[in-house]
Amino acid sequence: MIDSSLKDIAAALRAKTVSAVELATDSLARIQARDGQINAFVTVDEGGALAAARAADARIKDGSAGPLTGIPLAHKDVFCTEGVLTTCGSKMLANFTSPYDAHVVSLLKAAGAVMVGKTNMDEFAMGSSNESSHAGPTRNPWDTTKVPGGSSGGSAAAVAARMVPIATGTDTGGSVRQPAALCGITGIKPTYGSVSRFGMIAYASSLDQGGAFARSAEDCATLLTAMMGHDPRDSTSLERSYDDCGASLAQPLAGLRIGLPREFFAEGMSDDVRAAVDAAIAEYRRLGATLVEVSLPNARLAIPAYYVIAPAEASSNLSRFDGVRYGHRAAQYTDLNDMYCKSRAEGFGPEVKRRILVGTYVLSHGYYDAYYIKAQKLRRLIAQDFAAAFEQCDIIAGPTNPTVAYGLGEKTSDPVQMYLGDIYTVAVNLAGLPALSHPAGFGAGGLPVGLQLIGKYFHEANLLGAAHQFQQATDWHTRAPAVQEA
Amino acid sequence: MSLSLDEVRHIAKLARLELAPGELEATQAKLNGIFSLIEEMQAVDTDGVEPMSHPQELAQRLRPDAVTETDRRAAFQAVAPQTEAGLYLVPKVIE
Amino acid sequence: MSRTDWEVVIGLEIHTQLNTQSKIFSGASIAFGAEPNVQACGVDIALPGVLPVLNKGAVERAIRFGLAIGATVAPKSVFARKNYFYPDLPKGYQISQFELPVVVGGHIDLLVPDGKGGAYEKRVNLTRAHLEEDAGKSLHEDFHGMTGIDLNRAGTPLLEIVSEPDMRSSAEAVAYARALHALVRWIDICDGNMQEGSFRCDANVSVRPRGQAEFGTRREIKNLNSFRFLQQAIDYEIQWQIDLIEDGGKVQQATVLFDPDTGETRAMRSKEDAHDYRYFPDPDLLPLVIDSAWIERVKGELPELPAALSARFQGEYGLSAYDATTLTASRETAQYYLDVVAAAGAANAKTCANWVMGDLAARLNKAELDITASPVSAAQLAGLVARIADNTISNAIAKKVFEALWSGEGESADAIIEAQGLKQVTDSGAIEAIIDEVLAANQKSVEEFRAGKEKAFNALVGQCMKASKGKANPAQVNEILKKKLG
Repeated sequence: MIDSSLKDIAAALRAKTVSAVELATDSLARIQARDGQINAFVTVDEGGALAAARAADARIKDGSAGPLTGIPLAHKDVFCTEGVLTTCGSKMLANFTSPYDAHVVSLLKAAGAVMVGKTNMDEFAMGSSNESSHAGPTRNPWDTTKVPGGSSGGSAAAVAARMVPIATGTDTGGSVRQPAALCGITGIKPTYGSVSRFGMIAYASSLDQGGAFARSAEDCATLLTAMMGHDPRDSTSLERSYDDCGASLAQPLAGLRIGLPREFFAEGMSDDVRAAVDAAIAEYRRLGATLVEVSLPNARLAIPAYYVIAPAEASSNLSRFDGVRYGHRAAQYTDLNDMYCKSRAEGFGPEVKRRILVGTYVLSHGYYDAYYIKAQKLRRLIAQDFAAAFEQCDIIAGPTNPTVAYGLGEKTSDPVQMYLGDIYTVAVNLAGLPALSHPAGFGAGGLPVGLQLIGKYFHEANLLGAAHQFQQATDWHTRAPAVQEA
Repeated sequence: MSLSLDEVRHIAKLARLELAPGELEATQAKLNGIFSLIEEMQAVDTDGVEPMSHPQELAQRLRPDAVTETDRRAAFQAVAPQTEAGLYLVPKVIE
Repeated sequence: MSRTDWEVVIGLEIHTQLNTQSKIFSGASIAFGAEPNVQACGVDIALPGVLPVLNKGAVERAIRFGLAIGATVAPKSVFARKNYFYPDLPKGYQISQFELPVVVGGHIDLLVPDGKGGAYEKRVNLTRAHLEEDAGKSLHEDFHGMTGIDLNRAGTPLLEIVSEPDMRSSAEAVAYARALHALVRWIDICDGNMQEGSFRCDANVSVRPRGQAEFGTRREIKNLNSFRFLQQAIDYEIQWQIDLIEDGGKVQQATVLFDPDTGETRAMRSKEDAHDYRYFPDPDLLPLVIDSAWIERVKGELPELPAALSARFQGEYGLSAYDATTLTASRETAQYYLDVVAAAGAANAKTCANWVMGDLAARLNKAELDITASPVSAAQLAGLVARIADNTISNAIAKKVFEALWSGEGESADAIIEAQGLKQVTDSGAIEAIIDEVLAANQKSVEEFRAGKEKAFNALVGQCMKASKGKANPAQVNEILKKKLG
């Protein structure tokens, strides 16, 4: 039953042809059987899941259930969950049981969703392949020698392998969209400020945003709607009315203007990705959309700007991990300073340390203007580019990743090679715009290819609507990997 | 832009990250690779452009001045490495 | 003996804890004296994922201060992170304001005691005042060789007030600190309790040969929490710097601590290579916008400020600048004085001033009472002044009546005068009779006076006062005695 759409599952729950406890049990069983080779989960909370499922069944019985009540769900391990380990994929927090719930976690609990566990991720959300986790790499369910993408690779893999129907993620430079594309599912990052960051362990504060994974745009809409909303505990959370993200699902595509940035379609994409992306775009045209060439002239500067701003903010956000109040503390040290240096050296992995060092440097005396301020100026230019492009189109489309999933270990020796994989996604975070990736076909090795759709501020419903229309006419999103069970 | 070993040592110190003796050169090499990437920013003239820190031009929301938090010391200190008499313990600080 | 004429240059940075209910970025209480860490919520202990939200009351107090010193209240100011590692700084950064503070400019006009019984006027300009959060506390008492950290104070709102380096002596520095202390209490933004750490001074001290335009290298004396220590520390530091330079040394920039037991300043040991705070705008907070409507409202609610009230006392009541300043040292004193004058009449304003600053102040000091706890009410003191003014009692008798009021022997001056029969004798006939008796009984003195001994006259006056039990009007006694003696 958990392979069905959220709508169908909810109907079955209402009709009592299935119970929340049965769904949770099924999900837990699949995790048990499949996760051995995927390593999507850091923590599985069987007791908590069954308790939540029982509570959900009670709500279904008394008629107070909502669209997510009783639905098994996984949270990226970046979200604080009270009483449950919250590791952020790091040794630094390997023993950290959070004393409070993130706002997103509270919202989904209140909606009656049943959390089965916490998913694996690149350490502190820094990465694009899910290989930097202290809990070991997550493997792509389509080919377990390949990466699932990152940093929300665990959540993407969990949904792709049909262990859970929905999962949360976070996206700072592409960390929801990229794993969604590499794992053949749908993933959306909303407008900056629409999902509360309270309890969402910070990587880069001005770029981080919580997002949703599911097997369809329609299901993403349900999950994302439940995650969005103003939270007074987050100063960057926008105070406005939040619409139902599924409001435009039925809207036909006739008249939709899709912008294709010439910079995204220059070299950079592998041939198989290009073929799938081109075919998907052709499908949009067939469904009634018009295609417009647009330009994002400063797009190529998004990567250097991102790799200044994100590490800068991260270097400061991660200073709280010092072994004093929680988290890893070194066993041996000579004095306070030594305790800090050893605890942090032992607790953080190499990529996190590199980004902290880069960030510390670009903020340091004498370099701040040339690096940090410069990057923030480029950020404005990039946002302006999008604004100008959106005068001519409603949605911007392009590839999510330059290639299909690559092999584990293939890019870990050169961080810059890894960073260059972000070329299509980081600009969106710099501008704070909403964007999603949905399955668009397959490439070399039978590996999934994703198409990225970028929208105007607060136009999540339009993005999901377009993707939904595509998914009504195609079946890429229904394909599932064959996962060997233990 | 490339960093000297001394500069790498200096920022590691600022960031309170101990680098093992073998790590220093390898870190320097990787950082310099990243800085080459970052140097590409200089290709564009940004004179007169306002830095952008947030996508929306909004003002900070103000919270009413009221006590809303209760004592959760026990829960918070349950995850602490070392406490005594309600205090967090750290190696002695010498001024 | 100095060969050089040294000029001292002093600037003060004063941290005032704002008297809000809750912390600047969290809803925890800031009440003093709680058990360790019971007033440190998740935001204050910097749990992973927590975020700051700004307290409106802290901003309102900053606005009040800006208006009170004639500064500009910035329509837009920005919070910045000051990054450094210390156990009492849980995030590893302090949220402060750097490039764009909330208050810019301003000045305070002082009366500085000149050490010879007089005072001179001085204007000290302020550079800025900004909002920031306080750090926690370190307890160095032995915990098996470890330090204990209490984060109750972490997050308490501070207004850091920075002066221009306008002061030229410790006396000026202390006068400035006192005036600022009185002002922040006057406008009710800070309780000024220095023992509890509500008002802490850092002094930047340097010396230069008089006439040199360049400033000398300065050292910063941190955390002086009494006016006495402020003066002692500065005096020691000045001499130390002069001695060093005259011995051929150079002053190195340093942060120093004052040891009250030895009276010496000493450079802090742990200050490694000068801090690089890597200031950057805090991405978790949005710019603080203060519109003119808010400023106008706060302006309208400001009480009459000490400077204005002092000018009024000088203008309307003819008080000296020194007296007016003394009476406006605190709002409570000023209000008390105004109440006394209101009851006793403006014509008696000077007498009222003398009594408030003289006998009342002396008794309050001795009993360690604040004027708000005075056993003698303003109405009672006014009644006493009125009876001096209308000659019912002499000054000498008034002191007796005051004592009686202080001890609660009577409800009013009148009641005491009546009960103890203290009315001054002004009837010339009665006085004559007394004088005649005294003259008759003191022939020797009369002869000595007639022989040219001036002192004998005073002796006779004394005898008359004694004979009348002090009740005879001294002026009349003098006059009539003179006449009688020819």
